[in-house]
Amino acid sequence: MELNHEQQTQFGPQADSQRTLYPYVTGTSVVALKYKDGILMAADMGASYGSTLRYKSVERMKAVGKHSLLGASGEISDFQELLRSLDELILYDNMWDDGNSLGPKELHNYLTRVMYNRRNKFDPFWNSLVLGGVKNGEKYLGMVTMLGVNFEDNHVATGFGNHLARPILRDGWHEDLSYEDGVKLLEKCMRVLLYRDRSAVNKLQIAKITEEGVTVSQPYSLKTFWGFSAFQNPTVGAEGSW
Amino acid sequence: MFRNQYDTDVTTWSPAGRLFQVEYSMEAVKQGSAAIGLRSKTHVVLACVNKANSELSSHQKKIFKVDDHIGVAIAGLTADGRVLSRYMRSECINYNFTYESPLPVGRLVVQLADKAQVCTQRSWKRPYGVGLLVAGLDESGAHLYYNCPSGNYFEYQAFAIGSRSQAAKTYLERRFENFMDSSRDDLVKDALIAVRETLQGETLKSSICTVAVVGVGEAFHILDQDTVQQLIDAFDIVGEAEGPAAEPDAPAGEDAPADQAAGADQGAPADQGVAPMDI
Repeated sequence: MELNHEQQTQFGPQADSQRTLYPYVTGTSVVALKYKDGILMAADMGASYGSTLRYKSVERMKAVGKHSLLGASGEISDFQELLRSLDELILYDNMWDDGNSLGPKELHNYLTRVMYNRRNKFDPFWNSLVLGGVKNGEKYLGMVTMLGVNFEDNHVATGFGNHLARPILRDGWHEDLSYEDGVKLLEKCMRVLLYRDRSAVNKLQIAKITEEGVTVSQPYSLKTFWGFSAFQNPTVGAEGSW
Repeated sequence: MFRNQYDTDVTTWSPAGRLFQVEYSMEAVKQGSAAIGLRSKTHVVLACVNKANSELSSHQKKIFKVDDHIGVAIAGLTADGRVLSRYMRSECINYNFTYESPLPVGRLVVQLADKAQVCTQRSWKRPYGVGLLVAGLDESGAHLYYNCPSGNYFEYQAFAIGSRSQAAKTYLERRFENFMDSSRDDLVKDALIAVRETLQGETLKSSICTVAVVGVGEAFHILDQDTVQQLIDAFDIVGEAEGPAAEPDAPAGEDAPADQAAGADQGAPADQGVAPMDI
């Protein structure tokens, strides 16, 4: 791109790169599903600086208002900025104090608009977002990508999870999953992700949202077993691999 | 010689603490033909009297659909009413674009009131000359609001504005305690009777009134003329003065007592009459 002289001298040749050209600190997959009483969501606490596993205690699932839970993969700082603006949105919504409130459906649509608007400015929020919630007995689970692509489903997963966890969820998910079975299914997904996604770390949280509200678990680790023969010589059946 | 010195622009106070131009704009509401609103827990009904300007013209529309869950009935300057309806429609559609859900009625009414208030505090503007009855349904139930040119707004169980609305108000005041549990059809009936009260001897016909309904499971819509005529016939409420005729119907110009009660809430001193028109 051509820069005029003034910009070059004032700000240097990169003066017009005041937007995320690529993400810096990123989180990996988020997995979530509907269960009997609401929504369960799982995400590990790792954050990578490029491909370096740089941070180990980053919370990537947060409550937004009374009825919603937001999980994010991708650029952590963009997620933090989104949370800040959502908190303000919820604050202004509460200030009406009129018995109306933004539910998960409303927030999901709002996020869709924000994400698509930012991509149109060529300044995207570099995230895949998962929004789950319960309001008036209605369960809601949806996803938004950095381009504003959005959908609802009974179970969703971002990033690597979309490839590795969704097939497991399709097999194991059913309408009235109990809390215990839901957590088991999520852990099954997270374990596969831990084995096969190099950015995943073995420190995760599970968040739950029901009509009663949001609870995010303490961080914990999964039991792993690295002795599978496929792990001993991973390239054995892969022609041309080193 | 005795010209009112304090009514030449909206922002000038009178020593008695009144804003005459604002009060005049509220008079404009009383000039318009009557509009009536009443609600139950689940439904809101709007009704209005349609008066043609001349023998040769048709009447102007006084009830507007804003969105599936909100509608308004206006009294006063129809042109101003249409401008405000358009504003309300655009606010609803923008909210729906952002949140994919209907705009809460009370919030729209506050925005509308704020818009009207600005006109009472800018020297280069004039207040709107229209009163709006806003009917709507949201998460917190059915609502009826009255929006005044002064920038005030009130929530009501039942209300009437416009010329000879005092007669309708008297009827509604006697009956409103039953409205909360009324069925939709009973609300429509009461609305029609209230309309009839404002007619002063004229026969109630579907050609001179409009009725609209919004409620649970029922998007805001204006009842078509045939339906209204059928209801009038079914309820047998054609006659001019039966039942509530015991109360002397207040003539149009002398709406003072009850309007004054409303005026008190709206900041005008209660001890004074309506804004002096002898200018």
